[in-house]
Amino acid sequence: MKAILYSQRNEGPVPRRPTGLCAVSVAEHRCGPAHPPRSRRGKERRNSSGEWQEEGVRGRWPPKAAPAAMPSSALWAVDLFGRVFTLSTAGQHWEPCRDAQLEFKRVSAARDCCWGIACDHQVYVLVGASDVPIRCQEEAYENQRWNPVGGFCETLLPSDRWPWSDVSGLQHRPLDGVALPSLHWEWESDWYVDENFGGEPTEKGGWTYAIDFPAAYTRDKKWNSCVRRRRWIRYRRYKSQDAWAKIPSEDDPQQLPDPFSDLSVGGWEVTDEPVGRLSVWAVTLQGKVWYRENVSHHNPEGSSWSLVDTPGEAVQISCGPHDLLWVTLWEGQALVREGINRNNPKGSSWSTVEPPTSENGILHVSTGVCVVWAVTKDRKVWFRRGVNSHNPCGTSWIEMFGEMMMVNVGLNDQVWGIGCVDRALYFRQGVTQSELSGKTWKVIVAGREGDRSLSGSSFSLHSAGCFFGNEVRGSAESCGPGDTDASWEVPGPASSPAGLRGKESWKGPSHATANFPEATDLSSLRLLPLGLEEPDSADCHALWAWVSGGGCAVEAHTTLKWFTTQSGLCPSVQTLSLSITPAQTAAWRKQIFQQLTERTKRELENFQHYEQAVEQSVWVKTGALQWWCDWKPHKWMDVHVALEQLTGHDGAQDSILFIYYVVHEEKKYIHVFLNEVTALVPVFSEAKHSFALYTPERTRQRWPVRLAAATEQDMSDWLTLLNLSCCESRRMHGRPSPQAIWSVTCKGDIFVSEPSPDLEGPERRLPCDQMFWRQIGGHLRVVEANSRGVVWGIGYDHTAWVYTGGYGGGCFQGLASSTSNVFTQWDVKFVHIYENQRWNPVTGYTSRGLPTDRYMWSDATGLQECTKASTKPPSLQWTWVSDWFVDFSVPGGTDPEGWQYASDFPASYHKYKTMKDFVRRRCWARKCKLVTTGPWLEVTSVALRDVSIIPESPGAHGSGLNIALWAISDKGDVLCRLGVSELNPEGFCWMHVGTDQPFTSVSIGTCYQVWAVARDGSAFYRSSVSPSRPNGDCWYHIPPPPKQRLKQVSVGHTSVFALDENGNLWYRQGVTPSHPQGDSWEHVSNNVRHVSVGPLDQVWVIADKVQGSHSLSRGTVCRRTGVQSLEPKGQGWDYGIGGGWDHLSIRASATRAPRSSSQKPASKQNGQPPSVAGGPWQTPGPVCC
Amino acid sequence: MTDDKDVLRDVWFGRIPTCFTLYQDEITEREAEPYYLLLPRVSYLTLVTDKVKKHFQKVMRQEDISEIWFEYEGTPLKWHYPIGLLFDLLASSSALPWNITVHFKSFPEKDLLHCPSKDVIEAHFMSCVKEADALKHKSQVINEMQKKDHKQLWMGLQNDRFDQFWAINRKLMEYPAEENGFRYIPFRIYQTTTERPFIQKLFRPVSTDGQLHTLGDLLKEVCPSAVAPEDGEKKNQVMIHGIEPMLETPLQWLSEHLSYPDNFLHISIIPQPTD
Repeated sequence: MKAILYSQRNEGPVPRRPTGLCAVSVAEHRCGPAHPPRSRRGKERRNSSGEWQEEGVRGRWPPKAAPAAMPSSALWAVDLFGRVFTLSTAGQHWEPCRDAQLEFKRVSAARDCCWGIACDHQVYVLVGASDVPIRCQEEAYENQRWNPVGGFCETLLPSDRWPWSDVSGLQHRPLDGVALPSLHWEWESDWYVDENFGGEPTEKGGWTYAIDFPAAYTRDKKWNSCVRRRRWIRYRRYKSQDAWAKIPSEDDPQQLPDPFSDLSVGGWEVTDEPVGRLSVWAVTLQGKVWYRENVSHHNPEGSSWSLVDTPGEAVQISCGPHDLLWVTLWEGQALVREGINRNNPKGSSWSTVEPPTSENGILHVSTGVCVVWAVTKDRKVWFRRGVNSHNPCGTSWIEMFGEMMMVNVGLNDQVWGIGCVDRALYFRQGVTQSELSGKTWKVIVAGREGDRSLSGSSFSLHSAGCFFGNEVRGSAESCGPGDTDASWEVPGPASSPAGLRGKESWKGPSHATANFPEATDLSSLRLLPLGLEEPDSADCHALWAWVSGGGCAVEAHTTLKWFTTQSGLCPSVQTLSLSITPAQTAAWRKQIFQQLTERTKRELENFQHYEQAVEQSVWVKTGALQWWCDWKPHKWMDVHVALEQLTGHDGAQDSILFIYYVVHEEKKYIHVFLNEVTALVPVFSEAKHSFALYTPERTRQRWPVRLAAATEQDMSDWLTLLNLSCCESRRMHGRPSPQAIWSVTCKGDIFVSEPSPDLEGPERRLPCDQMFWRQIGGHLRVVEANSRGVVWGIGYDHTAWVYTGGYGGGCFQGLASSTSNVFTQWDVKFVHIYENQRWNPVTGYTSRGLPTDRYMWSDATGLQECTKASTKPPSLQWTWVSDWFVDFSVPGGTDPEGWQYASDFPASYHKYKTMKDFVRRRCWARKCKLVTTGPWLEVTSVALRDVSIIPESPGAHGSGLNIALWAISDKGDVLCRLGVSELNPEGFCWMHVGTDQPFTSVSIGTCYQVWAVARDGSAFYRSSVSPSRPNGDCWYHIPPPPKQRLKQVSVGHTSVFALDENGNLWYRQGVTPSHPQGDSWEHVSNNVRHVSVGPLDQVWVIADKVQGSHSLSRGTVCRRTGVQSLEPKGQGWDYGIGGGWDHLSIRASATRAPRSSSQKPASKQNGQPPSVAGGPWQTPGPVCC
Repeated sequence: MTDDKDVLRDVWFGRIPTCFTLYQDEITEREAEPYYLLLPRVSYLTLVTDKVKKHFQKVMRQEDISEIWFEYEGTPLKWHYPIGLLFDLLASSSALPWNITVHFKSFPEKDLLHCPSKDVIEAHFMSCVKEADALKHKSQVINEMQKKDHKQLWMGLQNDRFDQFWAINRKLMEYPAEENGFRYIPFRIYQTTTERPFIQKLFRPVSTDGQLHTLGDLLKEVCPSAVAPEDGEKKNQVMIHGIEPMLETPLQWLSEHLSYPDNFLHISIIPQPTD
């Protein structure tokens, strides 16, 4: 098989952009095949000076500063002057919104965007800035028919499709007729031909052949191929990110314009198809309700407004994250939308809810997932009891304390409000799933950036009060400064929370509110006499008009810094940034470290021969645990344990763990030398707090010593103590070395092993099962490391994390944990159960199965009964954070109610019911969350699926260079990280690398060879990646092994290994510096779950079905043996720790064993890749220039 | 990167090389050889000198032996002060090893407390720990501990077992997440130049405006004479565990990391050596 240059070859009259400046010749790099290179599609261009530039990407190269991306979680608010501000959950200052030109009345935020109504009554959407662009593929098909005269030509039969059409052929689609949907989009490149046909490269020109339209197309032209077609693609990109983009209104020119007056976004939990779908609802001044169609991540503006009939005149609307939609009517009642579901996000009908009291109608409502809050016309705040999906109207109103202008329910049903008198922003404290109404209102006193300058020009209490007051409450006859002062002193915005204030003071003294018209001419305000202005801006606080928490995630473990003003940073306050930790670098700390070292030297160096005053003693800790006995029938039995610790004079510690048990009334014991223990693994299953203890022998048996404690604290104490003793006896302290081997178990626990120098030695290798693994706090699915100490992880919820250099956390407290650098970490995953039904002729599908059938509520295999009530979170560390919901995203698709059909259990399921289907099932999912601690910090902005950091051989590269890091986003975008270094392991920003389909895996080798795997199972090689050109040049398509779909790739120094979906491990044959794509795949092994190739081309895998003397294990760490320069595929496997391991990274381990004399300098032979273990590196690696 | 945890280890394993010589007037049967020992800085003299006692008793007549006491350059050494404090305060400028004179006669009743058994040291140590926790947590942490935890603290010190001691002691070093530190910092400031044994006052780790107090703040407040004026010459050394932390060091951090096992910061103020 030969790699085909994945490129455009221009055939026919195709408009083509002048490409001279961007066609970086592949030949220059001596690695391209003979085909002419296609112009690099997309955004890359060279400027006039020949420098390479990336267009439209936020990151500069070299990066100068971190881009100020929209905070991932922020509260949005509008002040009385229409200025929009955001307050990050991590910050304590309001940031003004970018587009300062526009003034807004209303905003409604979601996670990634914010919709608003500006003072011009137009609707705008602001899509948050992201390193990953929003890009959409447009496609068109060119169809041709063969005729005996001219061969294939555009002349089709009259009955045929259009010569240029969509995929179905029904729609005419000429290339120049495909237009951009709005001004906010731009084309990324010109049209080009897609030469990838289902993972296989096509012949020249991308043509696929068939007997007739419409039919099955093949790559090969046959004698009966009468028609052919090819696919043209072109990308458009949303260019108005981080700016307010105007949404055109649907005014009928026949009628008077009806401007929008309120708007609300939500509904993202109704369905995630398409990705990022949102419900956007709006209300006009005439009281009509509109719904914005087709708003999603890839179509942030939506397509059109459609009118939704209402039984009354609407004034305000609120759409919750799920299926709640409430509208307030002019008359004071509320309308509740019924029938909103994933198939009908607009809902079907309205029902009416009466206000709490007949004299005061509802002024404002706000909905969450299962709460509704309202404000009535007398400014009282109400909580609606009993609201949920099944009963969107709820049951009754409860009056809450405080008086508010408005309230807003955000993520997790958290609530914010704007105080009625002081116009301050309040956060409802204590809102939890069990106590949705919360406890108290707490005022947010976060400062605003540049408060001083803002107030200098136009900030005036008098004007603000007059200007936006909705009702006449007092007379405006006395508006002197003294009066305004009084009205502010009494409520005391920062001193006492609203909830504590009496009603009398809420009404306020002679508060200067007049009924000014709602005009927005702010310039007039500036004409007010200077005397009215607040003299000291530090004392005045912002006056708010609107707040939206739809993008603001406040959870139990979030610590908010909104409620105190802090001047100056405390030196010991841990700042959440890795690159700058002032506390770490403080001079006083350095001095203490240094002086202690000097003191020890001074007082001990010359006196080592002195006797110690305190004789070392044996220390024994005893306790009662349970032990999973070694013999059948296996069961938990009560045992006494004793840990004996002996410390020698040199400080070396030796410990023995004794386990005393009684069998047949005979007292027996087993013992374990802790210096032989290779791993201590917590096992939180079966509602028992237990852990497994491995030794080399136990590893070979696949049968660890399992011990359980009565309480979590007890288990944590024992685990910490045993871990400390193990580390002590191996003299291991502090953080892992940069060269460490990192791994993750299927439970998300993180383990790290120090590579000994003889780990990869040519002779007397350290057997894999003798490696010592110690646990590091945190919870991850993927961990990848680099020998310069940069370590990244990805959680189950795709959150990216960067290692902080600490250790401990999780259940390791006290001495086993570093003081700084340990932070809160969390992860989210879903538990799935299946509802099974069988058809019978009388009642149709019911939950009454045959006696031989599986459980009607079961796991995926059907063997275990799993009901909604009995199914527990995966372990005691996890807690439920949602209710059960139907999972529609199962492979194979479902019908509208989530069912999948089959002829019988167990069988292959399909999404439509046919005559032969007698059973059906559907998948229910429930979200659970774990909160722990560990030496990890979140890398915000983009969720990841895979990550790869360049492995480096020591001294092979200048250590001053940035560290190349590539990743795949959860949506399949290929990204490379800019600015990653030892000092800034988090890097600065992402650079997006365009692809024609979503990718799943990526790996970068020591010489910047980037390989990736696409969703269709084929591999891609990225050419010309280098430090000066971090994102490379273009993709080369590399077909997968025959009839296999690849799922992972790993590139070491010269070796490329890939893994397919059936667990086969493949080696790429024929990779050379001049031909980096190689020739063919060679099979190496089966039963492999994950592969990691290191900087010395060492090959480590996680393997399944490893036979031990006691049991068979899945997920075992294995090293490939016999890997030599002439035999890079190796010979066999050396089995290490397992099972239950899921992921491993050997890519930091670049320590070569000292070269033995018997080792032949193999690399000298005819330009072969250099030797792997111990050989001299005289020839440069492939692709290295 | 060095971690703060390493400081605890360094502090715990601090040793002072010491040479014990018998007082010349003591009556011996034969000549008493000096005895050399590495004394743990964090421990107490009478707790770690069993070997010394045995060594000198061998050369003495039984009837001449009464309670042992120690003296350095004429100053009787208080056993109830940690060893490191005694050394810093009295001998830090002299050459190593530290020459201590051993006495068995004429117990200086007005200078020293009697130490008839280890139980007395334990009682003294535990009362210090309790006093410190009263200052730090209104005694809440120490009172919630079980008897065996108290015992483990003491046994950890007595047997020089860092792990055993800190497994419990870490609980005494915690503070609520919403606070910026302890309620009050347990500290004692010693000066050789004054008659007063030590200074101890209530001092919070954080100022009213949220700033962390530093060692300098503490000294300015409770012992202004120790701090050199802005432009003046440095007259004193401020020493803890044989080192001179910068005056900018946050007091809370010092309390967590440089406290003695009795949970007090013992700060010595000694005249700057002239050479």
